[in-house]
Amino acid sequence: MMTNPGNRVTQGQFSFLPDLTDTQISAQIKYALKNQWAVSVEYTDDPHPRNTYWEMFGNPMFDLKDPAGILLEVNACRKTYPNMYVRVTAFDSTKGWEAPRMSFIVNRPPNEPGFRLLRQERDGRSQGYSIVPYATDKPEGERS
Amino acid sequence: MLDMSDTTVLADGELVNLQKEFEASNIDEVIDKLDRELIGLKPVKTRIREIAALLLVDRLRRKFGISSGTPTLHMNFTGNPGTGKTTVALRMAEILHRLGYVREGHLVSVTRDDLVGQYVGHTAPKTREVIKRAMGGVLFIDEAYYLYKPENERDYGQEAIEILLQYMENNRDDLVVILAGYKNKMDKFFDSNPGMRSRIAHHLDFPDYNPSELKSIAEIMLADQNYRLSEDAAVALEEYIPLRMRLPHFSNARSIRNALDRARLRQANRLFAERSQTLTRSDLITIEAADIRGSRVFVEGQPDGDPGAATNAR
Repeated sequence: MMTNPGNRVTQGQFSFLPDLTDTQISAQIKYALKNQWAVSVEYTDDPHPRNTYWEMFGNPMFDLKDPAGILLEVNACRKTYPNMYVRVTAFDSTKGWEAPRMSFIVNRPPNEPGFRLLRQERDGRSQGYSIVPYATDKPEGERS
Repeated sequence: MLDMSDTTVLADGELVNLQKEFEASNIDEVIDKLDRELIGLKPVKTRIREIAALLLVDRLRRKFGISSGTPTLHMNFTGNPGTGKTTVALRMAEILHRLGYVREGHLVSVTRDDLVGQYVGHTAPKTREVIKRAMGGVLFIDEAYYLYKPENERDYGQEAIEILLQYMENNRDDLVVILAGYKNKMDKFFDSNPGMRSRIAHHLDFPDYNPSELKSIAEIMLADQNYRLSEDAAVALEEYIPLRMRLPHFSNARSIRNALDRARLRQANRLFAERSQTLTRSDLITIEAADIRGSRVFVEGQPDGDPGAATNAR
């Protein structure tokens, strides 16, 4: 895969860029807070693209005014799960939106094994395809 | 945190204008407001001026590339009840914000309840939650001495203090902590937490108000609520204040506020009693001497609202 050197998982914003620095993360969070979105920190060890519901780290931070507090939480999560994916999500609660407006990965495992392609014979001669992350080969809780 | 966008270092020979810098920061507005709206409190105002000046000079020094490290801005306000500690803390947040030392300039006011948990492992997340909320602003801990209860060995207050100390030291750019409480109790609190005292650079003592200051405060409070005193009422208030000061549970400006609230009640009652007459605008905004002299302080020498008053009068 020439377009994605290093086989990094590309999900959410900025995922084709090098990892964001803490200053860049605070700048993004500042933007979210300026728009009054609630920021939360989530983590997972299953990078399948259809796995949209990640585990939440702590509570969503509805009442924070300053990025420093959220960065504190991001770093706490990185420290607790250094071998998992951690992302920051900004949720817009205004009527009509009620959806995450921003989401970007802030921590990845040091080694990202990538995905395996599964081929499946279906009715007749049709062929189905799906992908499985190598990361989920082991059962949950033993992956990192 | 300081605004780091302006990183051009000036050459040694260049000139800076302290006056211009002062005007640009708009703090004279806040300090003027402080002067106008807060009566008395000389030492407090002087100290705030000093702090503002230090921060301003520090900013100029930074322009020349002279570094001196972030000054410690944690503060301790001590004083009797009703001397304006909370009000000054609010203003302080504003001043620090205008000088660019805190990013947001909001004040998070907490008490023991918000910091200390009920059971093991409950305190740390609670305290951290509060600190997170206060980041970029000012954390105001009212009656801080309740945090630590030396008589109870299994109290979790100590844990909250330890976490607080750690953040006060490590996140000096993000957080300014202001502790407040009565003088003697705060002294005892600091004696049992030596680390706390040395981490707080500014100890401000709020003096009690004298009668004439209390009267000015009363006038400002009334003007805020669109009331005024008649001439007789002003005399009555002057007599009322020293009488009230001698009574127990006197709490400076707060007592005056309560007294005025009750004067407004009596004024409304008086107007209601004469409801057959038509009223003018000036009737509605004027507090008469009778409204103030109706206080129990004059009649029985008891503060209004004192539950002991009724039984003693029997």
